Amino acid sequence: METIAKQGARVQLQLNGRVREGFAEPRTQLCDFLRHELGATGVHVGCEHGVCGACTVQVDGKSVRSCLMLAVQAQDSRVDTVESLAEGELMSDLQLAFRRNHALQCGFCTAGILMSCAEFLGREPDPTESQVRDMLSGHLCRCTGYTGIVRAVLEVANERKSKNGEK
Amino acid sequence: MTVDQSVAFDAPTRRIGDRVERVEDEALLRGLGRYGDDASIPPGTLYAAVVRSPHAHARIQSLNVEKALEIQGVHEVLTGEDVARWAAPFAVGVRQPMEHWCLAVDKVRYAGEPVCVVIADNRYLAEDGADAIEVSYEVLPVAVDPEIAAEDSAPVLHEAVGSNIVNERNFNYGDPDLAFEQAAHQVSLKVKYPRSSCTPMECYVVVAHYQSASGTYDVLSNFQGPYALHSVMARALKVPGNRLRLRTPPDSGGSFGIKQGVFPYIVMMGLASRKVGAPVKWVEDRLEHLQGASSATNRVTHIEAAVESDGRVTALRYDQMDDCGAYLRAPEPATFYRMHGNLSGAYGIRHLKVRNRVVLTNKTPTGLNRGFGGPQVYFALERLMQRIAVELDLDPLEVIRRNLIPADQFPYQAPAGALLDSGDYPGAVERAVAEGGLDELLERRNQARAEGRIYGIGYAAVVEPSISNMGYITTAMTADERRKAGPKNGAVSTATINVGPLGDVSVHISSTPQGQGHQTVVAQVVAEVLGIDFDSIRVNVELDTQKDAWSIASGNYSSRFAGAVAGTVYRAAVAIRDRIAKVAAEQLGVDVEAVRFANGKVFAPERDPIAFHRVVGAAHWAPGTLPEHEGGALRETAFWTPPELTAPSEDDRVNSSLCYGFIFDYCGVEIDPVTGECRLDRYVTMHDAGRLLNPALVDGQVRGAFAQGLGAALMEEFAYGRDGSFLSGTLADYLIPTAPEVVEPVILHMETPSPFTPLGAKGAGEGNNMSTPVCIANAVADALGHADIQLPLTPSKVRGLIGIEEPPAPEHLKREVEAPSIEGGSALHASDSVEVPASPQEIFDSLLDPAVLAAIIPGCHQLVLDGENRYRADVTVGVGLIKARFQALVQLSDLEPPNALCLSGSGSSPMGSAEGRAQIRLTPIEEGRTRLDYQYDAAVGGKIASVGARMLQGASRVIIGQIFSRLSQQMQGETAPTGTWSRFKLWLRRLLGKGGAA
Ligand code: FES
Ligand code: FES
Repeated sequence: METIAKQGARVQLQLNGRVREGFAEPRTQLCDFLRHELGATGVHVGCEHGVCGACTVQVDGKSVRSCLMLAVQAQDSRVDTVESLAEGELMSDLQLAFRRNHALQCGFCTAGILMSCAEFLGREPDPTESQVRDMLSGHLCRCTGYTGIVRAVLEVANERKSKNGEK
Repeated sequence: MTVDQSVAFDAPTRRIGDRVERVEDEALLRGLGRYGDDASIPPGTLYAAVVRSPHAHARIQSLNVEKALEIQGVHEVLTGEDVARWAAPFAVGVRQPMEHWCLAVDKVRYAGEPVCVVIADNRYLAEDGADAIEVSYEVLPVAVDPEIAAEDSAPVLHEAVGSNIVNERNFNYGDPDLAFEQAAHQVSLKVKYPRSSCTPMECYVVVAHYQSASGTYDVLSNFQGPYALHSVMARALKVPGNRLRLRTPPDSGGSFGIKQGVFPYIVMMGLASRKVGAPVKWVEDRLEHLQGASSATNRVTHIEAAVESDGRVTALRYDQMDDCGAYLRAPEPATFYRMHGNLSGAYGIRHLKVRNRVVLTNKTPTGLNRGFGGPQVYFALERLMQRIAVELDLDPLEVIRRNLIPADQFPYQAPAGALLDSGDYPGAVERAVAEGGLDELLERRNQARAEGRIYGIGYAAVVEPSISNMGYITTAMTADERRKAGPKNGAVSTATINVGPLGDVSVHISSTPQGQGHQTVVAQVVAEVLGIDFDSIRVNVELDTQKDAWSIASGNYSSRFAGAVAGTVYRAAVAIRDRIAKVAAEQLGVDVEAVRFANGKVFAPERDPIAFHRVVGAAHWAPGTLPEHEGGALRETAFWTPPELTAPSEDDRVNSSLCYGFIFDYCGVEIDPVTGECRLDRYVTMHDAGRLLNPALVDGQVRGAFAQGLGAALMEEFAYGRDGSFLSGTLADYLIPTAPEVVEPVILHMETPSPFTPLGAKGAGEGNNMSTPVCIANAVADALGHADIQLPLTPSKVRGLIGIEEPPAPEHLKREVEAPSIEGGSALHASDSVEVPASPQEIFDSLLDPAVLAAIIPGCHQLVLDGENRYRADVTVGVGLIKARFQALVQLSDLEPPNALCLSGSGSSPMGSAEGRAQIRLTPIEEGRTRLDYQYDAAVGGKIASVGARMLQGASRVIIGQIFSRLSQQMQGETAPTGTWSRFKLWLRRLLGKGGAA
């Protein structure tokens, strides 16, 4: 057992559009690998048991809790973290809406929440408030009481709708 | 001299009072925050894992670290012996012979108490090492319930004290006994406030580096203050203050008071670094955090009021008992004394009698938690006000109104010493009633009740103290003891402003924010005073005790930012502006009084404006041109302590805080008659926090505190077993409100500036933690007509209050045999069945075969015969975050070949004990196939129980299910899959449903 644990593997994946490679033991959690091996410290770890949602990233386009996945399972996958949301140095409409609506305080939960919201809005362009709250139920935020987050998501949905309408 | 504030020009936006977007946000939104675990660490840093006690009370008989040290990559283990050699126990706020060390030295007194620290190459290896540590304990009887712990017959935690009551103080203000004698009515109530915590999403982080050449402990940690604890840590490390360099990272993942409790770990990891001779990093995990970090203080209160017939209260008697856990950890017993001066609340009550007792129990030590002391006091006081209304048959709002301090009495001297600075309580109540729509809410209640629905309305009027008096804690001592110890008072805030050679302005504050947006507000203040662009200002909030200005009052607590810290920034900004004005006056050739600052320029009438950067540039580039007495290089540090924060008086009156805001809340709650769920129909919260520096951020604080108050009211509680085992170790057990559960509160403001703070602002961040739990409880009391309301109001508790009996278990789930149980632990039971491709006889025989048994028990390393159908087994079981190796006894009994038998096991491990019994019934279904029905009962205690019932139910189902599916595979000749992990993950995925689990 001890020796197995130490046998490591090179894990290669596409992180935020760049091919990256690092070392992982079979038991290394994906969140630890992303944070400490590849430096994606935007991924936050709040519970390590799959409840808080802070560690949410997208693996091949789907939201995943990176504390419940092993690094070796992400071999050859496309992994996107919160660091991928901005266009270069310009924040996305979602990020700007979060700032406008005071949707974050300490920002620790925010990385995971943004990833779920980004995926959700792609899937559900015209959500109701209760759908937004339902989607957020997989995340814990201790600072905001969620109001600003809900408003930000609804605002982005409306913005995108009217933009698409104009076209 | 102070330059006149007013400017003739249009006020640029983003000044004091504007709803400014936060400067903090961009980095946090882009994943570029720098939290504790993101900080760069020195090369060669090692990682620590803390070994914790599975028992709530036990004597450590032996500690064997050999096996841990054999693991490659494990370097050292810090033990209680090292700690006793290098360190001292933490200083305590009361005089008692009790010792609290950063690691247990001979006894453990709560489940989760640190016993030793394993230091290894990485965190995974450190945890392997922790698993290999062998500790043998002599388990002692426990004292868990505070009222029982206070009795003479209770097991004593600290033998030298001789009792679990470690501090008692009695206070008399006015003539309460006479008031009670003369009162028309006496109304009394007993309440218990439970344990909970505001649980930040980021846990504790410490990176410690002992620099042996200078004997300095250099530590980076997400500590939040108060920095009075720096002295406590330095003394525990036995070094002068300048040999403990404490630094904080730029960002923090929330605290709400809780990160005060990291201080013992700062000492612990400092010593760990000393032991191993390398930097050591420790990142707390969530189980450790919930179990062992900190907690709000649970309290038992008997409260009584002397009441006139019209509902006016003339006197109060408080008999309060605080359960501070196993050690009185600094700054406890502050939960009592933070609120002491204002115990009479928002009311003009003149007579007060108070008994405060501090009791220690076998639970995690308590500490700061948002609202600190407030939720406990107001839960008693505002419940009592509601009871007065019920017992005197008055309207509860009328009772509140008749007792409020009139608006013309401010500043108001409360009987226990608070000097309530400003306010208009009756005015705030009337505005809230009108603007929040109370009449409509009352109508909704009528309507609901007419339709037979269960609906109630609750109220709470709360005084929210802010900016603590650093001397209030000495109220725990007698006047005599205080005299000997020397006076303690005041609260020094600091702020430094530097104007650089390019005219760039930087500010440093020592408020260690935890997400509240201090940088934004500070920039607003400085932008306004210096008339410069908001975006150009940089505010640094990292604190380095070796380089920055700080005081023992520094840190992020007691809502001190807006009133004290922003006010001190203002004073520093004014000081530097006055210096710059002198320089400018010379350059402009005018009197200094004529100089004005706005739009990045410095003006005077009939002169061409000069750019700000040019004026200040002279201080750096041409100091020879400066006026006399101007030393050049523009840097100002302001220190400010309010004179109103005096030491407790001889007769124990204390102005425990500088500012006192006011909150008036009301809410409508509807209760589901079937599920017992409380649904908030509307929640209105009116705040008067003085002048608002950034209303958007204040609203954010109110919403966050409200959500936490809602959690405290309805779901959050740290549960302990009767044996002191901790039962809420995951976020699936310790429930925190999620988005669907939090309603949007109606937030109202009024602004009565404080006369005592530089900007007129008061604290606003903790109010709803104080008001919301009791406001909701009052609504539930109103809905159900009950006096005895205990938090949290979970659906099952409310069903009990409504009188709904739990339906009896369906027939097939009834249990025939007595279930195993572990005193105080967690009990589990369930049943299921599998189809096995074999005849009953074949299955029966296989179960009696040790080889088969060894193969089907998950994680079984070895199975040795120990008697007829009895085996000793060595089994590793993993549940959630915990993995433990059990020495178990496995037994087959009640044999009824080939139809039935019983498989039972019991065992113990360093993580706790477990016991289980499965009744097995074999029914043939067709040729060569059998249905195996099983029904099991299990019980666990110790650390394993801390992962909580919800997690355990699932995990035990998986593990026991595995036994029988492996059996089925055995009978098919297949090999069973090995990892429980994949199954556990599957189960988690089910548990989390749509939440996006892997
Ligand atoms: S850290 Fe992954 S869900 Fe909490
Ligand atoms: S912003 Fe702090 S936890 Fe969500």
